[in-house]
Amino acid sequence: MYTIEYQKPKSVADAASLLAKSGGKALAGGQSLVAAMKLRLAQPGTLVDLGAIPDLKGIRKEGDALSIGAMTRHAEIAASTEVKRAIPVLASLAEGIGDRQVRNMGTLGGSLANNDPAADWPAAVLALNATVITNKRKIAAGDFFKGMYETALGADEIIVAVSFPAPKRCAYAKFPNPASRFALVGVFVAQLADGSVRVAVTGAASSVFRSAPLEAALAKSFTADAAKGVKVDAAALNNDLHGSPAYRAHLIAVMAARAVGAAG
Amino acid sequence: MGANETGYIGQSLRRKEDARFLTGAGQYTDDVTMAHQTHAFFLRSPHAHAKIRGIDTAKAKKAPGVVAIYTGADLEGVNGLPCGWLITSVDGTPMKEPPHHVLAKDKVCYVGDHVALIIAETLDQAKDASELIVVDYDVLKAVVNCADALKPGAPQIHDLAPGNQCYKWAIGDKAAVDAAFAKAAHVTQLDIVNNRLVPNAIEPRAAVASYARADESYTLYVTSQNPHVERLLMTAFVLGLPEHKVRVIAPDVGGGFGSKIYLYAEETAMVWASKRVNRPIKWVAERSESFLSDAHGRDHVTHVELAMDKDGKFLAMRVDTIAAMGAYLSTFASCIPTILYATLLAGQYTTPAIYCEVTAAFTNTAPVDAYRGAGRPEATYVVERVVHQAAVEMGIPQDELRRRNFIRTFPYQTPVALLYDTGGYDATLDEAMKMADVNGYPARKADAAKRGKLRGIGYASYIEACGIAPSNIAGALGARAGLFEAGEVRVHPTGSVTVFTGSHSHGQGHETTFAQVVATRLGIPVENVDIVHGDTGRVLFGMGTYGSRSLAVGGTAIVKALDKIVAKGKKIAAHLLEAAEADIEFKDGKFSVAGTDRSKTFGEVALTAYVPHNYPLDKLEPGLNETAFYDPTNFTFPAGTHICEIEIDPDTGVTRIVNFSACDDFGNIINPMIVEGQVHGGLCQGIGQALLENCVYDKESGQLLTGSLMDYALPRADDVPSFKVSTKVTPCTHNPLGAKGCGEAGAIGAPAALMNAVLDALAPVGVKHFDMPASPHRVWRAIQSAQANA
Repeated sequence: MYTIEYQKPKSVADAASLLAKSGGKALAGGQSLVAAMKLRLAQPGTLVDLGAIPDLKGIRKEGDALSIGAMTRHAEIAASTEVKRAIPVLASLAEGIGDRQVRNMGTLGGSLANNDPAADWPAAVLALNATVITNKRKIAAGDFFKGMYETALGADEIIVAVSFPAPKRCAYAKFPNPASRFALVGVFVAQLADGSVRVAVTGAASSVFRSAPLEAALAKSFTADAAKGVKVDAAALNNDLHGSPAYRAHLIAVMAARAVGAAG
Repeated sequence: MGANETGYIGQSLRRKEDARFLTGAGQYTDDVTMAHQTHAFFLRSPHAHAKIRGIDTAKAKKAPGVVAIYTGADLEGVNGLPCGWLITSVDGTPMKEPPHHVLAKDKVCYVGDHVALIIAETLDQAKDASELIVVDYDVLKAVVNCADALKPGAPQIHDLAPGNQCYKWAIGDKAAVDAAFAKAAHVTQLDIVNNRLVPNAIEPRAAVASYARADESYTLYVTSQNPHVERLLMTAFVLGLPEHKVRVIAPDVGGGFGSKIYLYAEETAMVWASKRVNRPIKWVAERSESFLSDAHGRDHVTHVELAMDKDGKFLAMRVDTIAAMGAYLSTFASCIPTILYATLLAGQYTTPAIYCEVTAAFTNTAPVDAYRGAGRPEATYVVERVVHQAAVEMGIPQDELRRRNFIRTFPYQTPVALLYDTGGYDATLDEAMKMADVNGYPARKADAAKRGKLRGIGYASYIEACGIAPSNIAGALGARAGLFEAGEVRVHPTGSVTVFTGSHSHGQGHETTFAQVVATRLGIPVENVDIVHGDTGRVLFGMGTYGSRSLAVGGTAIVKALDKIVAKGKKIAAHLLEAAEADIEFKDGKFSVAGTDRSKTFGEVALTAYVPHNYPLDKLEPGLNETAFYDPTNFTFPAGTHICEIEIDPDTGVTRIVNFSACDDFGNIINPMIVEGQVHGGLCQGIGQALLENCVYDKESGQLLTGSLMDYALPRADDVPSFKVSTKVTPCTHNPLGAKGCGEAGAIGAPAALMNAVLDALAPVGVKHFDMPASPHRVWRAIQSAQANA
């Protein structure tokens, strides 16, 4: 690890001003960042630890939406009765992230800000049409994810919370990479309160994306067979040791079908 | 717990060592911290193949905290790392042994090759300094696949090895094989790739090297499976140091699986440097360094042909194998795909004629050497895959074809040099079939089909040669060292015992198993026996632990020393009891005069030996301490049948193991719980190879693509089923324990059993050929291409 300066502010305002001044990085659990720093792949100069800011924590029901603070740990979400009551799929998704150590440290906000192409949370945020609330504005899910490890966040912009509107039904089906157990393909299927269908896919491309053909098919018939019948275009999908674009395209339909089956 | 008639033999005692391991009291190499200790970091080659035009360390040497930086040019008078086994090619020439420099001199030959040793006050300072070293590389084309390396026009890696060939070796009677093939009713052929594996012991390699000016001695703590061999090779062959001035300690070691047998560049460079900097130096590999620089396993490409008569009786087998050596010859690399592979190609069968050619190739990859099973999993894989395929082609049930060819009379001389002393192959096959409920399989397959799943069952009837090795046979085959073992039994005045063994435990449980043997033989509580291993300063000598040899060879050395203890004890007892020595019997911890009730306990005799007030000092030395060396007269031959049942989801390509049954014959068993644990571990590794693990280098750049656990898939608990394991016993005929060895069997039988099951499951969808690993993507692709070609 390179030498770094470590800061642990007590408020979002202080954190934002430290980030602006130093050009450093926010530490929001560190399950990706610290590993990269240990491998000397990341050299943040200044690390601004968000762990001591009370405003970033907590799970609340706000009308028909569930608001989860950015620094809420995966394990807290997995165990939350509030989450299990409002949108139980989010609890099971959180339970399926990484391993116990990762879940005990990693956070919702950290995962979203990092936008790993194989992370689980982006699929949930995108499919549920959630709103990402920062210290500066509210960002619709569709505007938040910009590309591989890229988001709409500015340099001193900090995610405060995420607001998930309760859907009619939803489910997440993940096909794990056999080595890393990140999503090789993860499909989050949701039928929103207004009846519209959204399908978000993670792990398969450079960033999470919505599948128009699956959404169209499921809008017509919200059934596993409808999903399975969709021929997903492999063109822009990832190609690596664990899956060709054709395999990933096939898995997207299979996982979508399984998710629809689970959504009931 | 007291000792009875059979004492502790056959009892599942809890492991003595577990208390310290489970409570964090183990002492691993990284737990060793010395005063004034420095930290080492190795700058490694980022290129698979390159000439070094120059290395500029000037700026790095001035970096904060740097103590010293060494490159190959500094290691004047230091020899290359040696290979311990000479293989002679069919044309009579010795294998090619290109220099294996401790630090690269004029070129690098794989990604991870050692370029510079940086020693600094802290590890981060050493790393910072390494980034200031400028190496001027002239990057060359690389070749990473062993078959490609032998093709004309392949990049030439070493001047000494034209065409990248290390050797071309053969075993067996080619003329007899050709004649048998000419009259065969059926020939089954297969092309097989045995995938390259990265060992991944949970404790990475580590070393702490120090030098004492006072007596000009060196101490090396190192993650080794054989500290004496490490010391011998390092002092006599590489550094030219007096052996008695170097102490090598392998303390608690967290797994080896072969990868910690070898003499590596890191600790060798550190011992050399410890005198120059006159301070202790510590190095602990990071996981990514382990991937790059630990010796890998397997990596064979094989063509096999099996000739049969019309009834499926095996007439002959012909095998042509290309084996990767990697960039340099690791310590035992050369003997793995030859002596430990081709000699096992008879399997459990009476195949009268076998001919095998092995061509070893240098590649721009990490060196390849023994990995759990070492040659024997590769041999079992070839034999059992071709037998499976033959049964399919001949329409003979899998068990029936095996039975028609089983060896049933012992001793049995195979056509590939080995003499099996004993075995009972029907018994292990029968039992495995019972455990696997083979009779219920058709119903389970039909049920799976209803659920849209492809179910398959696969057999592997394996054999291995363990108890390595009779030194005279090994020597005749090219071994440059003996392969005996040493043991010392030190009886203390109060009758408790410390045993020093040349075997090394890095997970095997020797401290318990060996103590059970000793306590039983001496009739004393097992708590009164301690086993010491892994220290050249305490143990007189040892060849170490690998090849499932510890109990059969190391255990026997201890038994021989115990025989001497008992013999001397009888002399002392005879004196105390005023009887003739010939009349003294030793049983249940008592020396008695035959036919009388007069006796002395083991403790009384021990005390007399050390307090010899009433003692035959004119005839007998005081003290009760004996050593023995044991050189086995033959290999041991553990064998068994593993049956694996799997289910494939054709939608995703996922293979799930629904049942794995293993019936093994390890000879006599001392601690069944430990044996079961060894089988479970071996099975996990075998399943890992067949289902998940695959070491991949990029064909063009030679970069390691599976350089971390993010891409290299190790089995997890939920990848393996709850195993059914059992044993049958035919005791080994030539060691007093009747033990054969159990450490590698799981890794030997599992890959073939699992892949035969996969091929059985995929047969209905038209897949005829499939190589390991059966990862989801590969299985799905095989199904797709079979359907496209249908």
